[in-house]
Amino acid sequence: MTHIVSTAEEAVSSIRDGCTILMGGFGNAGQPFELIDALIDTGAESLTIVSNNAGQGDAGLALLVKERRVRRIICSFPRQKDSWHFDAAYRAGEIELELVPQGNLAERLRAAGAGIGAFYTPTGYGTELARGKETRTIEGKNYVLEYPLHGDFALIKALHADEVGNLQYRKTARNFGPIMAAAASTTIVQVADVLSVGAIDPEHVVTPGIYVDTVVALPGPPSTTGNHRTEAPHE
Amino acid sequence: MNKPLTRDELAKKVAADISPGSYVNLGIGQPTKVADYLRPEQNITLHTENGMLGMGPEAQDSQVDEDLINAGKIPVTETPGASYFHHADSFAMMRGGHLDVCVLGAFQVSARGDLANWSTGSPDSIPAVGGAMDLAVGAKAVFVMMSLFAKDGTAKIVPDLTYPVTGLGCVTRIYTDHGVFLLSGSGASSTLILHEAFGLPAEEIAARLDVEVQLDHKLGSSAEAHFQSPVQPV
Repeated sequence: MTHIVSTAEEAVSSIRDGCTILMGGFGNAGQPFELIDALIDTGAESLTIVSNNAGQGDAGLALLVKERRVRRIICSFPRQKDSWHFDAAYRAGEIELELVPQGNLAERLRAAGAGIGAFYTPTGYGTELARGKETRTIEGKNYVLEYPLHGDFALIKALHADEVGNLQYRKTARNFGPIMAAAASTTIVQVADVLSVGAIDPEHVVTPGIYVDTVVALPGPPSTTGNHRTEAPHE
Repeated sequence: MNKPLTRDELAKKVAADISPGSYVNLGIGQPTKVADYLRPEQNITLHTENGMLGMGPEAQDSQVDEDLINAGKIPVTETPGASYFHHADSFAMMRGGHLDVCVLGAFQVSARGDLANWSTGSPDSIPAVGGAMDLAVGAKAVFVMMSLFAKDGTAKIVPDLTYPVTGLGCVTRIYTDHGVFLLSGSGASSTLILHEAFGLPAEEIAARLDVEVQLDHKLGSSAEAHFQSPVQPV
């Protein structure tokens, strides 16, 4: 059952200290900025965040990291030219990093949503990111055993929802949304607008409502240029 | 005597060696340039691992849409017939052997085709891997583009990697400013063949590498090392 709520604050109100949160987005595309702003306002801390990046610029996940709410981050590409808040936290030893190859990150999320106990992947075999992991040779090819990544919550962004939680995304802002929606106990989605039931052609639903718990419609254009918080540019 | 290839000449050469109709992923950095030299009649479909096939050129001015970016987070455009998909599908099509070619930059490649391109191993750097390890193992053919020699003159084709490994035995061709190398076989039985030489006699290139290199019989003598016809496109 999907609940439609009217504010971002209400959408994230059940997130507590120590939760694991799957956070959609690839860079800024698909990052649920307004939900992250509301999460910052809850004061929740000691969070584990699963996201492709570790925040960029002075908005969204970068602010959550800046406020030292993130104890641990599981991601593929934290270091960017504008990841100064992560860089500072990491160099200060104030954030724990688990680096995961991007495809393994995606497949671990998919596995969590699909009830798979673990899987063998060729990615990372023979590298330092596979150190200490079980390996196996199958038909002459080498694989590494990887485990699913579940979340207590997923915070994602989509273009539209209908009233039963079916989602459509926009262009490459889709990225991790569908797999994170399935991999979390509670999935919270921000959308540009909530449509009436039947307004999305069933053939065109990307994420079925079964994976969606809470939807909030937030004003602003559908692209990432929303009404989220940004701080003065870093010097 | 010909000259070493410029980056643009190298990109043009890689582009010419990609078979018509291929699905291709171009890595961040130097490989991105290959897109500038793909000819429309090649009908190449570009994949970007953040969830798109049919990626078009970089977006200009009013085309910029923050929801439409490539793996380097640069705004791009879509071509007719493009498709979007989520990250697990994007990497499944890579890992599942559906991509024909990926072109990657590198710090080092070993004579066995081992690739190092994700980390310098510097202890004070912040590690980031992105899709590098997935790309290395995911395409039917993995082309590397790099300079043959580092700034200090040491060769970047090495007996054993000294930089952290991205993938083992995954590279199939190495395109450099001084030559194109083909790798065949795998593991201990793999061979490195210098297929074309630029700017230096083939024998001198081979001598400057600390690995065994076979010279392609078409290369001819060092005095007349010259541009060869392209290798059979994959």
